[in-house]
Amino acid sequence: MNQVPLSHILFVSTALFFIGMYGLFTRRNMITMLMSVELILNSVNINFIAFNKYLYPEKLEGVFFSLFIIAIAAAEAAVAIAIIINLYRNLRSIDVEDANEMKF
Amino acid sequence: MPNYAYIALIPLLPLAAFVVLGLCGRKYQGRWSGGVGTGAVLISAGLSLWTAYQYFGACPADAACLPVTPLKVTWLTFSPGLSIDMSIILDPISVMMIVVVSFVSLMVHIFSLGYMKGESRFGTYYAFLGLFTFSMLGLVLSGNIFEIYIFWELVGCSSFLLIGYYFDRPPAVAAAKKAFIVTRFADLGFLVGILILSFHAETLDFHTLILRLTHPSPQLASITTASFLGISMLSWGLVLVFIGGAGKSALFPLHIWLPDAMEGPTPVSALIHAATMVVAGVYLVARLYPVYAFSDPKVLQLVLYVGALSALLAAIIACTQTDIKRVLAYSTMSQIGYMMFALGALGYTASMFHLFTHAFFKALLFLCAGVIIHRVHSNEMKDMGGLRKRLPLTHGCFLIACLAIAGIPPFSGFFSKEEILLAAYHANKFVYAVGLFTSGLTAFYMFRLYFSVFWRREGVGDHHREAAFTMKAPLVILAAGAVFAGFVPFSRWVTYDGRPEEPHAVGAFAIAPVALALLGMLLAGFLYRKESNRPAKAAAAFGALYTFAYHKFYIDEVYSFVTKKIIFNFIGRPAAWIDRNIVDGFMDLLAAVTAWMSARIKGFQSGKVQDYALYFFAGIAALAVLFIYIYT
Repeated sequence: MNQVPLSHILFVSTALFFIGMYGLFTRRNMITMLMSVELILNSVNINFIAFNKYLYPEKLEGVFFSLFIIAIAAAEAAVAIAIIINLYRNLRSIDVEDANEMKF
Repeated sequence: MPNYAYIALIPLLPLAAFVVLGLCGRKYQGRWSGGVGTGAVLISAGLSLWTAYQYFGACPADAACLPVTPLKVTWLTFSPGLSIDMSIILDPISVMMIVVVSFVSLMVHIFSLGYMKGESRFGTYYAFLGLFTFSMLGLVLSGNIFEIYIFWELVGCSSFLLIGYYFDRPPAVAAAKKAFIVTRFADLGFLVGILILSFHAETLDFHTLILRLTHPSPQLASITTASFLGISMLSWGLVLVFIGGAGKSALFPLHIWLPDAMEGPTPVSALIHAATMVVAGVYLVARLYPVYAFSDPKVLQLVLYVGALSALLAAIIACTQTDIKRVLAYSTMSQIGYMMFALGALGYTASMFHLFTHAFFKALLFLCAGVIIHRVHSNEMKDMGGLRKRLPLTHGCFLIACLAIAGIPPFSGFFSKEEILLAAYHANKFVYAVGLFTSGLTAFYMFRLYFSVFWRREGVGDHHREAAFTMKAPLVILAAGAVFAGFVPFSRWVTYDGRPEEPHAVGAFAIAPVALALLGMLLAGFLYRKESNRPAKAAAAFGALYTFAYHKFYIDEVYSFVTKKIIFNFIGRPAAWIDRNIVDGFMDLLAAVTAWMSARIKGFQSGKVQDYALYFFAGIAALAVLFIYIYT
């Protein structure tokens, strides 16, 4: 089976990363922003897996790293959704521009 | 040599009383606090008498009483050559002093049981008395010059606390502050003196210090060759130590705190400001006496003249005051002047003897004044008069004390004053004349007080009890002391070089002082025995001198002028200006710069999550660029 070259995979992960960043900066809905963050994290996961497979096929550290990142992402999503629910209770909105009181 | 280790208990018992009463006396004010304090001092006094018995009993019959160091603990070690010890020294004067201090303290403790009854801060009072007794006993037993300085400050502190005991009365607070500041100012001299002496002698220990500074040694060479303003460092050190002593002993011109210190409770005046603490200055000079006697004679001349001047001025002022305690305060100052000029006139034994006898009769006078004030509720002599029927026992004791201080034989004051005048006669005829005149004045003002308080008016007895037993017993015991203390063979035990001297036989020399004292008594009787206009006429005859003396020679006014007008204006105000504008200004500048900066950059903290995310990624991008640049 023909292997997919490494550069293709890196291209995918880079695209994913910047799509995530774009979403994070432009969306005002907090749920969408949370999803964008997940995209960024997954782009990192792809990088880890790809480098592990192409550079050190006999090792497994990269795979474990991505497992950790997935776990952390789940925890982070739980925390973020809790915050969003609380904000919604206080502000009756999940628009990030409405939550602007933590300033000088 | 007997074992003296128990001596540490003598000062430590009053300290224990202080700690116990200070920690839990407040809860049981007035119930057992007086008993605890008195009990501790009673044991101390018993141990002191036992020590004296043992120590003087162990002296060889015809040679010096040797100093003993029963306890020595190294407290701080700085370097191999420099350490501070805590030690106890026993020599004739310290043994004499522990007896005086613990005995008078015991009398005052007992007297206060009656006098201070019903005070709301009874336990606190006894705690302070315990602290004072501890510090004073520690002071007299100190074996090195640094230790004596620690206790010196402790007695100053407890004196401050006791003068300000009635802290709700503004004059008492002012007096406490004044006493503290004036003695503190003098203590600065003492501290510098200690530093000079111990730096050159390379030791703090009294015994070694005296040995090195009175015999040819490298240390003596160093201290006499070094000089400042043309005066050798040895003289400077001794003069500065003397200034410290003069402040504590209320000698001219540092005496201004003592009359005001009478704002404290009367038993406190008896203990601290008459019998014990104020003689600490005399004791200090006596402690270093071999060095004083060995060094430049000009230093002793200074001691002599300051003492004589204080004795004379205080006696003159005492003749004009109307507050019974102030008369006694000036009389104390005058008697301390006597002790000091006796030291200046090489009358070491005479000075210590007078210190010893003075403690008894002056404490007695103050305690009698306490009884009188307790009954009359006033300090002013004009509110008294004719009290001899109402207070017969006090009358008798007061008369004994007056006769003792006036130097009438065979009361104790006669013997000690006699020796002082004899020493002065051999040393300096002028000072002898001053001393003689002052002894006449002493008799005059004491009997002025006596006649004004106890005679003057027709007295009537009343059915009130004179005073509580606890107040009467100390009077009787001290009166016995005032009568018999003169018969103690003092010169046999306490001498400058430690060799016993034969007591001087009382002879023709005694005629002049006794005659003058009798003259003073007769004059006082003539003026004050009956109510008349004679005192007013006499005052008018003296004119300006009377006004001057009545206003205490305006010394307080001179001090206020110097401090308020000169020091405040020319030192205090510029210092305040520098503090407000330069020191504070620098701090204000720092604060202003910080505030300005933060106002400029606070916009970054916008409260918008996406802004923060942007800074975050910008930071990561910048770091990425940086690392790429560094690693390639």
